[in-house]
Amino acid sequence: MRLPAMLKDAGLTAFVAAALGIFIVGFRTVDVGSSKGLSFDYHFADLAVAVVTIFLGRLGLSLAAAGLRWPAIALGAVMVAAGASPLTLPSGFLHWFVALGGVLLLIRAVWPWANDAVTLATRTPSGVALKDAGTKWFGWLLLAGAVLLPFTPVADQKTMDLAVLILTYVMLGWGLNIVVGLAGLLDLGYVAFYAVGAYAYALLSTQHGLGFWTVLPLAGMMAALFGVLLGFPVLRLRGDYLAIVTLGFGEIIRLVILNWVDLTNGPAGIGSIPGPTLFGAVFAETPPAGKQTVSQMLGISFDGIHRLIFLYYIILVLALITNLFTQRMRRLPVGRAWEALREDETACRALGINPTNTKLTAFAIGAMFAGFAGSFFAAKQRFISPESFVFIESAIILAIVVLGGMGSQIGVVLAAVLLIGLPEWFRDLGNYRMLAFGLAMVLIMVFRPRGLVAHREPSLRLHPNRPAGGG
Amino acid sequence: MAYFSQQLINAITLGAIYGLIAIGYTMVYGIIGMINFAHGEVFMIGAFISLIGFLICSMLGIGSAPVAIVLVLLMAMAFSAVYGWAIERTAYRPLRGSFRLAPLISAIGVSIALQNYVQLTQGARPKPGGQIVSGGFNLFSADGFDVRVTWLQIIIVVVTILLMAGFTWLIARTSLGRQQRACEQDMKMASLLGVNVDRTISLTFVLGAALAAVAGMLFLMYYGVIDFFIGFLAGIKAFTAAVLGGIGSLPGAMLGGLLIGLIEVFWAGYFSSEYKDVAVFAILVLVLIFRPSGLLGRPEIEKV
Repeated sequence: MRLPAMLKDAGLTAFVAAALGIFIVGFRTVDVGSSKGLSFDYHFADLAVAVVTIFLGRLGLSLAAAGLRWPAIALGAVMVAAGASPLTLPSGFLHWFVALGGVLLLIRAVWPWANDAVTLATRTPSGVALKDAGTKWFGWLLLAGAVLLPFTPVADQKTMDLAVLILTYVMLGWGLNIVVGLAGLLDLGYVAFYAVGAYAYALLSTQHGLGFWTVLPLAGMMAALFGVLLGFPVLRLRGDYLAIVTLGFGEIIRLVILNWVDLTNGPAGIGSIPGPTLFGAVFAETPPAGKQTVSQMLGISFDGIHRLIFLYYIILVLALITNLFTQRMRRLPVGRAWEALREDETACRALGINPTNTKLTAFAIGAMFAGFAGSFFAAKQRFISPESFVFIESAIILAIVVLGGMGSQIGVVLAAVLLIGLPEWFRDLGNYRMLAFGLAMVLIMVFRPRGLVAHREPSLRLHPNRPAGGG
Repeated sequence: MAYFSQQLINAITLGAIYGLIAIGYTMVYGIIGMINFAHGEVFMIGAFISLIGFLICSMLGIGSAPVAIVLVLLMAMAFSAVYGWAIERTAYRPLRGSFRLAPLISAIGVSIALQNYVQLTQGARPKPGGQIVSGGFNLFSADGFDVRVTWLQIIIVVVTILLMAGFTWLIARTSLGRQQRACEQDMKMASLLGVNVDRTISLTFVLGAALAAVAGMLFLMYYGVIDFFIGFLAGIKAFTAAVLGGIGSLPGAMLGGLLIGLIEVFWAGYFSSEYKDVAVFAILVLVLIFRPSGLLGRPEIEKV
């Protein structure tokens, strides 16, 4: 493309952006007084800055695509500088917007070089083997780090809280990975099984006095049963219909929880759920009647963080069980059938695999792990309400799986850290978190449909000593 | 009897709105076989643009309701259409030929992003729309109960019927409609015969978005209050309508919309309003299980 064509293209893009933004961004409706209706708060300066950024960004992308790297890099650098400068833009968000646009442009401009280097390095068989080994070592390193985390000096209340949260999502991601990544079934109602597990524990413990360790397997079984009940009629459907039906089921379960007040206490939720115990000892400063506290049992002084560390190890073990289970399942006939089914259902049918039963096992096992995670969640929070189980939770878990690379176990961990950890760390970005989630899902699908960790270990190899596709 | 008639009138009004949204789902599904999960968000954005449009009209001193409605309608259709076009261009077109679920995942991403975009720019609180058209007349009275039809309900039904008629004509008679039907049958063959497939698909999204914007404006006028989250439920219900009527079929979408409106209103009127959404979701599940091709749809044949 020549420069005039690029300018025209960038101008058109900017024009479309202006048309998109003029009403929604330009006129902000605000409430005025009591029942007076609405009035406007004008934000045309914001819009203008955004449109100019989009114009420059589009121009830079065209330049980079035409091979003019240096002008593109210069443009990107100018944008980053403008975003990072103390220049007063109308809002803090715009600083981020401009700077991020510049960073993306820089990445795009440098990308061909980096890509060449990576392809060169991995083209040789030893390069691929190195990458395999690297993934493996990275996994062990992460595991060692996770086990040792509570003993490091960074392990304060805030970090441990965050670590427990991230691990919960890692576990949910691994559970959903069985359904979406391995069996190729898009489940948009995964959070329903999480809710079943959570409510199972909450109800059985508060009304029947059962302990966490008794209920945990029960909750998993209950969720798996729900998975079978819901899955049995619908798993014959095509992929995208299945997605919508699971979404419908997820909403049905949430609405039933919300409205069946006699059982679930409705929107008010269930409170004072007992936490998990360690060999019958509870985590509290003063022991309840007839029980002893962990600090008494171990003869150490009470500290609130002990409970968190205990919870951390529970969820770590649960998540690792999920992972190990998945890894072993992939080597069993049923696991191979899942992956075969994902690739070609008709061929599987011709080979005598029963698609419905095979899908049902994946669906039920995925649901079971969500049930475990759900009862852990209830035990950790000690209070649950239907608000924790809305569609957006399903979407977040799905985003973790998609971003990590469907079927990749280590990718889920990275994505969970990225999607859950970063926004918690940078609190001011919290408002933009979901916006970034949505955009990330689109961008990943467009540019890297196999996820951040695109490399997927084949379960079977024709020649075990030769790397797949390396010859 | 009077109660029943009143519910029937309300149900038809609601069904008309669902039907308008359902057309967008059914057309896109017919042509490229994907569920445009973000369509509900386009409806929501249409409602917001209408809200802003009505406010601008009242600030400019346009007092006459018909003029304001026509102006806002055109504005909402035009600017929502840009959204439809931009979504297709950026989030769906690059994914043609990717794996099966890629467009759906991308669409979910668009839907989440648009919801939060509107929440960030317009705020999370529900926005009152004010009353643009008021009044009505009593149809008849029975059992000490007046059956009332408001002017607004008449406007909604008339606008829907007009748009449906125009749309049927567009699909059946114009060259654009012919190209759309050609792409629906065989995209590759159509492109070999000189149909600009990219342009046809873009226009499908543009038309669907414009109709969703009309539905958004009518929704705003009917309920008088909107927020950034209305697209989710309305989108699912309209999708249910499209599936119920037979996805890919235009009359099916309208019929499905009417039926969903009837089910929702009568369930709320006679059983319980808490479970009306559950009833709609259950219908969706039941239809997909027992009659996936819908009432007026053709059964789908899977070719290897």
